[in-house]
Amino acid sequence: MDKFVQIEKVGMSFDTKKGKFVALRDIDLNIRQGEFVSLIGHSGCGKSTLLNLIAGLTLPTAGAMLCANREIAGPGPERAVVFQNHSLLPWLTCFENVYLAVERVFAANEPKARLKERTTKVLEMVGLAHALHKYPGEISGGMKQRVGIARALAMEPKVLLMDEPFGALDALTRARLQDELMKICDATQATTVMVTHDVDEAVLLSDRIVMMTNGPAATIGEILTVDLPRPRERLSLAHDAKYMEYRSAVIEFLYAKQSHPLAA
Amino acid sequence: MTAITMDALKVGADETTALQGGRAKNTLLAVADGGTVADRKLKVPPPPAQSQLAGPSSTEQNAAQMRALLGAVLPPVAGLLLLLGIWQLATMNGGSIPTPGKTWDAAVVLFSDPFYSNGPNDQGIGWNILSSLQRVAIGFGFAALVGIPAGFLLGRFATLSSMVNPIISLLRPVSPLAWLPIGLLVFKKADPAATWTIFICSIWPMIMNTAQGVMRVPQDYLNVARVLNLSEWKIVTKILFPSVLPYMLTGIRLSIGTAWLVIVAAEMLTGGVGIGFWVWDEWNNLKVEHIIIAIFVIGIVGLILEQTLLLLAKRLRMEA
Ligand SMILES: Nc1ncnc2c1ncn2[C@@H]1O[C@H](COP(=O)(O)OP(=O)(O)O)[C@@H](O)[C@H]1O
Ligand SMILES: [Mg+2]
Repeated sequence: MDKFVQIEKVGMSFDTKKGKFVALRDIDLNIRQGEFVSLIGHSGCGKSTLLNLIAGLTLPTAGAMLCANREIAGPGPERAVVFQNHSLLPWLTCFENVYLAVERVFAANEPKARLKERTTKVLEMVGLAHALHKYPGEISGGMKQRVGIARALAMEPKVLLMDEPFGALDALTRARLQDELMKICDATQATTVMVTHDVDEAVLLSDRIVMMTNGPAATIGEILTVDLPRPRERLSLAHDAKYMEYRSAVIEFLYAKQSHPLAA
Repeated sequence: MTAITMDALKVGADETTALQGGRAKNTLLAVADGGTVADRKLKVPPPPAQSQLAGPSSTEQNAAQMRALLGAVLPPVAGLLLLLGIWQLATMNGGSIPTPGKTWDAAVVLFSDPFYSNGPNDQGIGWNILSSLQRVAIGFGFAALVGIPAGFLLGRFATLSSMVNPIISLLRPVSPLAWLPIGLLVFKKADPAATWTIFICSIWPMIMNTAQGVMRVPQDYLNVARVLNLSEWKIVTKILFPSVLPYMLTGIRLSIGTAWLVIVAAEMLTGGVGIGFWVWDEWNNLKVEHIIIAIFVIGIVGLILEQTLLLLAKRLRMEA
């Protein structure tokens, strides 16, 4: 499926107190099944807005959006979202937070024991076997973000949407989670869209990097295809000429062609 | 796969210690909190985390704790003594208000047999308090039964809210006692009329606070519900109810406070058994020391109700 997610001439404007605010215009993007695409751009350009559109949390004011040839008319578990601030329910344990999602998707066809097994398995996959019954308030930011990822993965979504999933983490934890995410994506062949502002993260993880122009009325500036073999290895890539080339292409776009809105 | 898990475990362990370090520092501060500024300077020098274990000796800690305790207890006690002193000074030279001593003596007699019963108009103070509490409980119970679901509906559906809000704004400032005649008219009896008054005065804080709580449920949680496509039932039980709970408890606390204020006045008007009626009865008998005792009793019961609910709220917040 070459056009698993289809975004055609999509625009998004918000009604604000000061009148209409055009956040996005003329977004055209097709995402292959199993592809890893990241959205990069300066803060406030509309990355989250675009991700929320794919999630169906908001509906576009122009254009059409399809997922698996069906119009995206609202949110649904086949397009799981990892939210920027993890959004775990603080009154449920890690297990219960994930179970809520598992139950919603699989309870119709599977017995309870199987649902619990699924929940435990996915939490083990993100390395949280020891924290199943802890509350979000009792674990660190990195662990919370992993529960958020586990919750999304547990739904076996067609598309995995992530909004700066590692943005709030320290560099070491972030690197570790990136490696884990790469393994998980290789294993599950999930179609993934990730918002990021980290150039290395984008190059390391992506098949394509969608670079967005500055807002208002932001759109896609360039799309960079990252042709590096998988599985990718952080250490060996650090000195890879191709890797460096991709990296500088993104930096070039961000800082030369689209200098930061505050600096302009 | 195993490698990932092992790594993860290691991170987990590191992070836990970091957390504990933070907590230890907090307790250290909390201990020092009661002391003076000088104390605090002495007791919060550099050593955080581990040195807390080997930290200040236990006698030193005990002394600090004692001081903190005294600091918390002394001022209120002094305030009470001051009140008693003023009362004593004002009533020493005769007059219609009895002295503290005389009131105390009357209280001892009164509380030595709180549960006697000589017919409906002459019962022990225990019975009077209990029947007032019972009225509050029934009226409040009905109010919660109606008010909390109503608050959920108002918070969840904006049209409904803009329809009902003007009515609430109109009715809320009305003194609950103004509703008493309506209650008497409808129920034809004093007791349900008093309960009705409690119902109507306790319902507003519960509706308003619950609705507020529902409107303030973080958008993030609602987005989770939308992505998971949860059923309305799951949304209510797993997301709305837990996040509204603290607001609801505030509503309940305010409601019970008002109900306890109102019951005394309502009972004065309706008669029967109850602390409010008792006050009125003792006024007719000109037993002023009993009236003063009643004032203290009403205050103490109100305080206990309030503190219990505060404690409950704190417990729930800690669990959340
Ligand atoms: N609900 C909204 N109402 C009005 N303006 C919005 C809304 N959501 C986003 N915007 C605006 O759209 C622009 C893009 O926002 P966002 O997608 O959050 O940026 P990014 O995620 O790239 O930092 C910003 O200027 C923001 O102020
Ligand atoms: Mg954003």
